[in-house]
Amino acid sequence: MTDAKLTREDAAYVARLARIDLTEDELDLYAGQLAVVLEHAAQVAALDTTGVEPTAHPLPLQNVLRADEPRPSLDRDEVLAQAPAVEDHRFLVPRIMGDVP
Amino acid sequence: MTEQPGSSAAGDGGWEPVIGLEVHCELRTETKLFCGCRNAFGDEPNTNVCPVCLGLPGSLPVLNAMAVDYAMRIGTALHCEIRPSLFHRKNYFYPDMPKDYQISQFDEPINVNGWLELPDGSRVGVERAHMEEDTGKTTHVGGGGRIHDAQHSLVDYNRAGVPLVEIVSRPDIRSSLQARLYAAELRGILIATGASDGRMEEGSMRVDANVSVRRPNDELGTRCEIKNLNSLRSLVRAIEYEISRQVDVLESGGTVLQQTRHWDENEGQTVALRSKEEAFDYRYFPEPDLVRVVPDTTWQSEVAAAVGPMPADRREKLAALLGPDGATAAKADQIATVVENGLDVLMTKAVHAGIGAPLALARTANEASAEPDRARALDTAAYTALLRMEQDGSLSATQAKVVLADLLDRGGDPAALARDHGFEALGADSLSGVIDELIAAHPNEWTRYVDGDDKLTGFFTGQAMKATQQKANGKAVAAELRRRRG
Repeated sequence: MTDAKLTREDAAYVARLARIDLTEDELDLYAGQLAVVLEHAAQVAALDTTGVEPTAHPLPLQNVLRADEPRPSLDRDEVLAQAPAVEDHRFLVPRIMGDVP
Repeated sequence: MTEQPGSSAAGDGGWEPVIGLEVHCELRTETKLFCGCRNAFGDEPNTNVCPVCLGLPGSLPVLNAMAVDYAMRIGTALHCEIRPSLFHRKNYFYPDMPKDYQISQFDEPINVNGWLELPDGSRVGVERAHMEEDTGKTTHVGGGGRIHDAQHSLVDYNRAGVPLVEIVSRPDIRSSLQARLYAAELRGILIATGASDGRMEEGSMRVDANVSVRRPNDELGTRCEIKNLNSLRSLVRAIEYEISRQVDVLESGGTVLQQTRHWDENEGQTVALRSKEEAFDYRYFPEPDLVRVVPDTTWQSEVAAAVGPMPADRREKLAALLGPDGATAAKADQIATVVENGLDVLMTKAVHAGIGAPLALARTANEASAEPDRARALDTAAYTALLRMEQDGSLSATQAKVVLADLLDRGGDPAALARDHGFEALGADSLSGVIDELIAAHPNEWTRYVDGDDKLTGFFTGQAMKATQQKANGKAVAAELRRRRG
């Protein structure tokens, strides 16, 4: 998305992927704002980065690991108290449309 | 590609199947990939969960070192290049994934460019073997458990965050049989590395198949991905069904659509899942809460040392015990069974203790392999003692199998178990008496035997078994018959 300007359709697509329900007015507003943000970021993309390693993380760290040792899990009653609905000690969710991606 | 033993001569009216397999295996760690919750199958629902694997705000993942270790063992066993790797977020919405993204390795996987050699001599390339986290387990309620008819679904997050390695083969497989060989050999390798228990029935090893067909040497055809393959048998059946479905479509002038298809074991067919309006856009980006994994050479050589002998080497060792006989197809099958069930140590110890290799192989590949978990726990001394009783003739083969069943069932002293069954070796005197009676009762058969018809040995042995309620030893009967014939 470095060369083409962000369209209203692009904004609607991204909103749908993120499951954000936008009104027509909001779509106009955010499409315009996002386009400005992307144009700004395009300045970075214009730089010549030949021979520069991509940055995966801002801190110069690697191999941050923990030992394979169990730690206590949460209390189930406390966990399920946060669920909108529960059945059989499990989270109850509405009928799922579509398939596992 | 060169012609290999595993490749099919393009059957099915000149169409060549092209198959690649994606295998997910759960790692045998104590804890999950990014948190200290237990990685355990079959626990009470939602008891192994915490803020990290529930995706609660503010929680942070920390990578499990043992999971990296196991992933590298798998890579080493599959002759992969082990590389510095990075985790990405794979974004999608589905209730089995509470964070709304799965942490997975994308364009920088830990293992790349390996291969696997199958028992038939063919070689299948391994494109990559990367780490990722498993999802929660969803149960659909109502509508007979089928997703589209369900009223609602229930989610257990115990499995969410369990470490997985996904092994992606190259599309080098050319038949359902070769696919089966690959999956079985890979399973053996996973178990041998200690990284996974490879149990397909518990879902700790899951196989998806990418299948397409083409005219030999043409470009690759459009592929379909088949899911829900819960056994090696389903894998073979589903691939065969899918090949003939695609050939039918093409031969009737149609086009194969790129689809994900679900294998229905009861109907024996693959069914297209809901057609996708658009390709999934997972918006991968580097996981900002995790840093790069860069295994140094010390760690890599520790891993290489921890990887046990692979099934192919173990099969070779057992075959060597049998001498030239070990190369026959029947023996090779039995050897493969022994290795698959992890019983090579049991068999080898028996042979080293003086049991003939063919007998040790037969009992280990048949009776012991019928109860592999119990056989692995068997006292090797007791096992050897039992085989020795069969070998020296104090138990017949039939009796030895009965005692072995007991031994597998509850352990104990084989001699005592044999006595409990009344399996006392028939003394030479009483055997002689039994044979006297048999000769008197079957004079014509005896004459033919004396005249050189050796097939009658089986007849007399059978009769002797019957007369003694299986207490007679077949070899002893045959020896006595030969002695009398002179």
